[in-house]
Amino acid sequence: MLRENQRRFKFDWITIIIFLLLVAFGYVNILSASHVGEITNYFDMGQPYGKQTVFIGLTFILIILILSFEAKFYERFASIIYIVAILSLLGLFIFGKDVNGARSWYGIGSMTIQPSEFAKFATALAVAKYISDLQTNMETLKDQIRVAAIIFTPALLILLQNDAGSTIVYLAFFFVFYREGLQQVYLIVALALIILAVLSLKYGLIVTSVIASIILLVRYFLRKKKRASLIQYILVLIISIGFAYGVKLFYEHGLKPHQQNRISLWLRLEKDPAKLERMKKAEAYNLIQSEQAISSGGTYGKGFLQGTRTTGKFVPEQHTDYIFSTVGEEWGFLGSSFVVILFVALIVRILYLAESQKSQFSRVYGYGVASILFVHFTINTGMVMGLIPTVGIPLPFFSYGGSGLWGFTILLFIFIKLDSNKINEW
Amino acid sequence: MRKLLLLTIVILVGIVFIARLFYLQVYGGYEYDVFEDSAIKKEYNYPKRGYVYDRNGKLLVANQPSYDVMVIPRDVEPLDSIEIEEFCTLLKITKEDYFKKLDRATRYSPRLPSPFVAQLSKIDYAVLQEKMRKYRGFYIQKRSLRLYQTTIGANVLGDIGEVNRSIIAKQPYYNMGDLIGKQGVEKTYEKTLRGVKGIKFIQKDRFNKDIGPFQDGTLDTLPVPGKDIKITIDSKLQAYGELLMKNKRGGIIAIEPASGEILAMVSGPSYNPNLLVGRNRSKNFTKLYNDSIAKPLFDRGLQAMYPPGSPFKTLNALIALQEGVVTTTDKFSCSLGYRYGNRKMGCHVHRSPADMNLGIYESCNAYFANVYRKIIDKYDSPAEGMDNWSNHIKSFGLGNYLNNDLSVGQPGKVPTAATYDRGYGKNKWYTTFTISNAIGQGEVLATPIQLANMAAAIGNRGFYYTPHIIKEIEGEPIPENFTTPKYTTIDKQHFEPVVQGMFDVYNKGTAKWVQIPGIEICGKTGTAENFAIINGEKTQLTDHSIFMAFAPKDNPKIAIAVFVENGYFGSRFAGRMASLMIERYIKGEISRTDMEDFVLRHTLEHEYAKPYSDEPFGINRQTTLETVSPEEYQNIMQIKANIPKD
Repeated sequence: MLRENQRRFKFDWITIIIFLLLVAFGYVNILSASHVGEITNYFDMGQPYGKQTVFIGLTFILIILILSFEAKFYERFASIIYIVAILSLLGLFIFGKDVNGARSWYGIGSMTIQPSEFAKFATALAVAKYISDLQTNMETLKDQIRVAAIIFTPALLILLQNDAGSTIVYLAFFFVFYREGLQQVYLIVALALIILAVLSLKYGLIVTSVIASIILLVRYFLRKKKRASLIQYILVLIISIGFAYGVKLFYEHGLKPHQQNRISLWLRLEKDPAKLERMKKAEAYNLIQSEQAISSGGTYGKGFLQGTRTTGKFVPEQHTDYIFSTVGEEWGFLGSSFVVILFVALIVRILYLAESQKSQFSRVYGYGVASILFVHFTINTGMVMGLIPTVGIPLPFFSYGGSGLWGFTILLFIFIKLDSNKINEW
Repeated sequence: MRKLLLLTIVILVGIVFIARLFYLQVYGGYEYDVFEDSAIKKEYNYPKRGYVYDRNGKLLVANQPSYDVMVIPRDVEPLDSIEIEEFCTLLKITKEDYFKKLDRATRYSPRLPSPFVAQLSKIDYAVLQEKMRKYRGFYIQKRSLRLYQTTIGANVLGDIGEVNRSIIAKQPYYNMGDLIGKQGVEKTYEKTLRGVKGIKFIQKDRFNKDIGPFQDGTLDTLPVPGKDIKITIDSKLQAYGELLMKNKRGGIIAIEPASGEILAMVSGPSYNPNLLVGRNRSKNFTKLYNDSIAKPLFDRGLQAMYPPGSPFKTLNALIALQEGVVTTTDKFSCSLGYRYGNRKMGCHVHRSPADMNLGIYESCNAYFANVYRKIIDKYDSPAEGMDNWSNHIKSFGLGNYLNNDLSVGQPGKVPTAATYDRGYGKNKWYTTFTISNAIGQGEVLATPIQLANMAAAIGNRGFYYTPHIIKEIEGEPIPENFTTPKYTTIDKQHFEPVVQGMFDVYNKGTAKWVQIPGIEICGKTGTAENFAIINGEKTQLTDHSIFMAFAPKDNPKIAIAVFVENGYFGSRFAGRMASLMIERYIKGEISRTDMEDFVLRHTLEHEYAKPYSDEPFGINRQTTLETVSPEEYQNIMQIKANIPKD
C-alpha cells in the first residue's frame, strides 16, 4: 500500500508545474485575444475562450486517464497507436472537412478534431519503439531508411492535406536520430544544405558555386587522410551546385506564391520598393501587426485586457498561432521573456529526464517529446517575433484549440508516466 | 557531444528570443502612450475661440468654421490613378501636390495626423464630405478660423496660424494642423482665447472601424470654450490713428494715464488683418514678411528704438529738481549753444538766459546741458552721479522691457556708469563725455510706447500703470501687475513746473501751431537724427519727427507719443498727429480740419524712396512736402468717412 502511494507521487512535479503555468497563462491570453465586449460567462460556448475553458477541463480528465495506464502499455501498444494515427490521417481524404484550404479536420457536430495533432505523439511512440528494439542500429542505412519511413509517412499525408506547417514538425525527429547514433555526416550535410539553400536564394548561383568551390578546395588541400580523391571532391561540388540550382528552381516554380513571398520577405530578396510594398501588404500584414503589438507592450506591458491592438483585433488569428503577440502586448518584455524561459526550462527538464531514463524506449520517447516541443516553440515564437518566415503552427499549451492542447498534453504526460516508472525498470 | 546538441540549441534559441524581445520591447519599444497608439482613434473637438471686443464693446474678431482635410499616412491605402485624380479634383490640387503633400506628412510622422489640405471652402467641404469614406487614412477636421469684423488693428489683434513642429515639441498640447496665436493679442492671450480642446478616444479594429470607446470613455474630455476678451483699444481712435499714418511710416501709442490702458497702438504701414485668414494666409504673410523696406510686420510703436530727443529733457528737469541741483528760477545763458572744452552743442535762436520754463518750451539745449552737468556732478565721481541719474530715468519705465501683455517689445537703452566704463575704461571719462544724454541723444534709446508711458507718468505727476492691452477677461481679473501703480523716483511737487513748461510748449513754444481750441495740452516736440548705410557709407537721412503729449493738463485722459520716420521737425507731422488724436479722443470730432487735411494730404513716400534712388539727395531743410495723388486722396477720404462718429 505504502509502495503504491510512493509510486503515485513519483511524477516529476517540476514538469507538471511548468505545464500548469503554461496552460494557465495561455488561457489568460486567449481570454484577452478572443473576448468581444465584456466577459460575462467563462463557459460561453459561443466564444473561443468559453470553449477553451471546457478544453482545459477535459484535459485534466485526459491526464488522469493517461497516468492511470500502466507505463508498459505505451511501449507495448506503440505500433498499434501509430497505425491508428496513420489510418485517421488517411481517413481525412474521405471524411475530412476543409478549413482554410487545409483538409485536416474531422467534423463531429459543431466540434472539429485535427488528427495531425495526435499523430505526433503516435509517431514519437513508434520511433521510440523501433529504435529501442535490440535489433536496431541507427548507424546502418537499413534502419535509417526504416525510421525515416516511420516519420515521413504521417508527414507526407499531412503535406498532402495542405498543412505544410505541421509537416515541418516531423523534421524534429532528426534530433532524436542523432542522439541515438545517426552519423555526424548527416548533421554536416544538413547544415551544408541549409547554407547552400540560403546562399543560392540570397546571392544567386554563381556566388554560391564560387563559395562552395573555395570551401571544398581548401578542405581538399588541408585533408589529413588521403582517402578521398579529387574526383570525390568534384562530385560533391557538382552535387552541391546541383542542389543549389534545384533549390532555386523549386523556389521559383515549386512554391505557391504566398510561400515564395514569405521566404522573399524573410531573406529580404525583393529590392523593388513598390513590389516590396505590395508583398508586405499581401503577406506580412500579420507579421507587421504582431511585431507592432509586441513592441507596443514595452517593458511592463499594458496589462490584462488592456492591449489596444489585442482588443481591436489587429493581429489576425491572435488567439491561435499569434497568441504570443498578446503576451507581448499585455505583459511586456517581462511577461514574454517569462514565457520563453518557461518553454526553455520545460524542454531542458525533459531532456534531463530523458537522459536519466534507464529504458531506451523512455529515453527516445522523451527526446521525441523535447524535440517536438522545441520545434513548435521555436517556429511559432520565432515567426511571431519576425525572426522566421511565416509557418502556421500553434504554440504548445498556449494556442487556442482542443486538438492541439490534447495532443501536446498526451505527448507530455505519456512521458511523465514513463518517467515515473523508471524505478521499476531494471 | 550527442547528448548536448539539442540542449545547446534550445538554450541558444532561448537567448536569441529574449534578445529579440529586448530589442523589440525595451530598446525599440516605448512607454505606452495612447496618443502614439494607432489602434486608438483620437477625435478632437475644438472649442469656440474667444471673441475680441474693443473697450466700448464693439466686436472686432469673431469666428468662422473651417474644414481641414487631415491625413494619417500609415492608414492611407494606395489609390489607383483614377481614384487619385478624382480625389485631387475634389480637393482642387494637382496630382503632383497629392504626392508631395503625402510625402511631407509621412516625413513628419506616419502615425500622427498632418493637415493635407487646409481650410476648404464651404462648398468644397459639402461635396467632399459625401465621398470622404472612400479615402482611407483621410478625414475632415472642423476648426474655427478668425473672422475679422474690422479692417484695422492688424498689429494689435494679430493672427492665428498653424503650429509648427518646434512649437509642438515645446508644447505638446498642440497637434499638427492646430491653430495658434502668432502675433498680437492672439499670441499673448492664446491660452485664454483658445480654451481647451476636447478629446475622445475610440478603439478601432483592424478594419479601421470604430468598435467603442476606449477604456469606457474614462479618458475622454469635453472641450472648454475659449473666453472672450475685451481689449483696451478704442477702435475708432485706432482707426483714426491708422488713417493719419497713411503714406507715412511710424508709430502712435495712446495711453489712458489713469489706468495704463492702451487706447490706440498704430504702426505704419499697416495691413488688413483679413489678409492673414484662410488659404491665402501663407502667401500673404510671405509677402508682408519679405517686404524688407516698408516692414509692415515690424510694429513701430513697440519695437522701434530711437534716441528720444527733446521730450527726454523733461526728465532731466525733474531729476534736477528732485536732486535739488537747480531751482525753477535758476537761469543759464545760451549763445546758440553750449560750449564745453573746445566743443559745442548747438541751439537755435531764442531768448537768453533761460529759466526752466523757457528752457522747456524753447527746448534750449544749453539750459539742459548745464542742468545735466549739475545732476551728475553733484556726486563725488561721474560714475556715482551717472548711476544715480540712470536710476531716476529707469523709474519712468525706460531702459527695460515693460513686462506687459503685448506680443513684442524692446527694452530701449539707458546708459549707466558701466556703459561708459566699458567704452572709455573705468574712471577714464567725465560728465561732458556723456553730455548728449542731456538732450535725449547719445546713448539713450526708447520706443514710442516707452515715450507715451513717460508722458503718462508726467501727467500723473509721478506714477504710471504698466501700459497694457487687456481690459476684461470673461470671469477673470486682469493681472495685478497692471492695476498696481509704479512710482517714479520723483516727488509729486516737482512735476508742476515741468508740466507748466510742457503746457507752454503749446502755449508759446515749439508746438504753438498745433494748438487745439478748448483743450489744455501739454507736450514736447522732438527730432531724432538718423542714419542709413547706403553703398557702404553712413548717410544721414531726414530727421524723425517725434512728439510726446498728454491732455488735459490736470487729470489727463490721454497720454500719447507719435513718431514719424523722416518726418523732419517734431511739430511738422508728429505734433499735428498727436494734437488730432487728442482732439479726436477727447472731443470725438475734429475742429482743426486744416491740420487734419495737412496730415492726410501729404505723403512721405518720396522721402522713403530717397535712400534707394541711387542719386544724391537732400535732407531736412532741403526736403519738400509732397501731396498724395488725387485718387489716393479720394481713397483716404473714403476711409475717413467710414470711421464711425461718436
